[in-house]
Amino acid sequence: MEILSVLLEWGPYLLGGIAITLGLTISALALGFCLGLPLALGQVYGSRPVRSLIAVYVWFFRGLPTLILLFLFYFGVFPALGLDFSAFVIGATVLGLRGAAYQSQIFRAGIQSVAEGQMTAALSLGMTRWEAVQCIIIPQALRISLPGWSNEYPELLTDSAVCYAIGVAELMTRTSQIVSVTYMTMPIYIACALIFIALNYGGMRVIRKAEERFAIPGFGGKAVQP
Amino acid sequence: MDPITFLTQILAPALWKGLIVTVALVVLTAPFGLLLGTGLALGRQYGGRALSTACSGYIVFFKGCPLLLLLFILYFGLPSLGLTLPAFTAAVIGFILCNAAYNSEYIQGAVASIKDGQMTAAQALGMTRAQAIKSIILPQAMRRAIPGLSNEFIYLIKYSSLAYMITVVELTGAAKIAATRYFMFNESFFAVGIVYLALVTLTTYAVGRLEQRVAIPGMGVKT
Amino acid sequence: MTGEYILRVEDIHKKFNDREILRGISFNVKKGATIVFIGPSGTGKSTLLRCINQLTEPDRGKVFLDDEEITGCGSRISGYRQRIGMVFQNFNLFDHLTAVENVEIAPIKVRKMKKEEAHAKAMEELHRVGMADWAHHYPAELSGGQAQRVSIARCLAMDPEVILFDEPTSALDPELTREVLEVMKDLARSGMTMLVVSHEMGFARSVATEIIFMEGGRIVEQGSPLEIMNNPKHPRTREFLGRIEHT
Repeated sequence: MEILSVLLEWGPYLLGGIAITLGLTISALALGFCLGLPLALGQVYGSRPVRSLIAVYVWFFRGLPTLILLFLFYFGVFPALGLDFSAFVIGATVLGLRGAAYQSQIFRAGIQSVAEGQMTAALSLGMTRWEAVQCIIIPQALRISLPGWSNEYPELLTDSAVCYAIGVAELMTRTSQIVSVTYMTMPIYIACALIFIALNYGGMRVIRKAEERFAIPGFGGKAVQP
Repeated sequence: MDPITFLTQILAPALWKGLIVTVALVVLTAPFGLLLGTGLALGRQYGGRALSTACSGYIVFFKGCPLLLLLFILYFGLPSLGLTLPAFTAAVIGFILCNAAYNSEYIQGAVASIKDGQMTAAQALGMTRAQAIKSIILPQAMRRAIPGLSNEFIYLIKYSSLAYMITVVELTGAAKIAATRYFMFNESFFAVGIVYLALVTLTTYAVGRLEQRVAIPGMGVKT
Repeated sequence: MTGEYILRVEDIHKKFNDREILRGISFNVKKGATIVFIGPSGTGKSTLLRCINQLTEPDRGKVFLDDEEITGCGSRISGYRQRIGMVFQNFNLFDHLTAVENVEIAPIKVRKMKKEEAHAKAMEELHRVGMADWAHHYPAELSGGQAQRVSIARCLAMDPEVILFDEPTSALDPELTREVLEVMKDLARSGMTMLVVSHEMGFARSVATEIIFMEGGRIVEQGSPLEIMNNPKHPRTREFLGRIEHT
């Protein structure tokens, strides 16, 4: 089996690619969360101008293809701002900004589905609006949003392969490099596909486990099938 | 070259040509993606053990494999097995395979949500299973699947940009080529971005209208 | 015996997960008869109806329609089901079709009737159940009683020889129940053969040609309404009727 010896020979290089792919995915997921939650809060509780501004942000980042966003930031925006970041940082940033737009919609739905009475009850206890949002609304909204939020992981994982286009040395890029050196096309592509599928499946198992741990009786955190 | 000349003389005509290719990609993909997606959903829901496992396997593979990699497999990989596809064809096939996997999930969810009584009543009237699926189950399920399917359609518009990575000069390709040649990156990518936003926004609006047109009292699509 | 009975049911048995629901049910139905099945809930009456048109396959036993065996007939069952109508507790109208479309779809798709012809027939049947004015409304826009009347029309449009009614009024308010029972009475008077699972004792008394009391998956007692209602022989029947009258 030639493919096995090739994979063995290039194993460490591919493993590095897997690490970078996961790095892209996880940083984008984290950035998307840190930005997506405030965006969602702004869209629900913000003043009119804030809400419109966020709506434009969401419309922009959800309406554009990942590839265009990568090109725009890699060739256009970052150089124009005089920022000289690595392709990895730009890739993770773009995926994160885009993810924030998607995540904000998941969180917004979660916040809006927390019963009206919860806020009223919190205010009647003497909490301020902000305290109520912080201690009562967000903890519930996050749990409600969790199943939808977990589906961002496979999205971002497969999307991260597009970072090939700006030369991030992730799994996809390294796969093409190995193909061009070894001239073994199909077996290596298929191996790469299987790695992505395994990362997808393995990651989802971890997330589902986490979901179970955070589950609270009565919060039907029913997992959506991956 | 000043930006105005670039935009009007160079970029606009290039983007117009690219737009036609993008629209062609999408229009050729969508119907087959829907058809194959429906087949997969029905195979999973009503097929025997072997068929439904095969359909599930298909979905796991094509949802888990990045589309870019799939396009590479079709365009750069298949020739090593003696099958060379034109770039455009490879792109359309890749999009169909991927689009169908996602569509099938929405359709299957919708089919599963139709109450058992509908099938029972259809059979009690003398319909065969196949007749009941075609005349009773699918018309209801498709209506329920519309929000998901239209979402996928909008995704398709966006990921059609990946065709550029296998040398199809569609919108993204046109912008990239012009940007690189004239060194006008921000202008090119913002301009093509606006075209995509326009496409996506128009489609969203059109889909909303479609939803209203096929809406039936009591079959409200829950969002 | 040929021709005397339109429907014959012989020794039907059915188990679900080791629970015996039907333990040997046999009876014959004459053309034009109205048989009402009564008995405590969970006693297998609905399962029995579903075993007749094979929506549920019995484990043992035979069903004959006009002396043709329909049990174990494979794919030919669709043909028999066209001749045996069924009305459900929850109506099961097709939610994506208007009332008239609900009625005409089976004639068009199953009997390959021309669209205009099927439409005319559907309107006629809707008229018969007093729902012609609602022909273009969707199921969600109808009251329960109206929906049930449409579902009876849907059944009639196939010109069935027998109609099975599976608790047709159990999901309805008392006022809505009356309008459905009226339609069923008219049907019975017009000579339709009907098998009805129902708790409506008034209907059973005035319309039934025969009442069958079932319990525990068996027929306990059967006879004319007068015999069963006024002079039940079996103590279980007496007990059941006593309970029903007082609720």
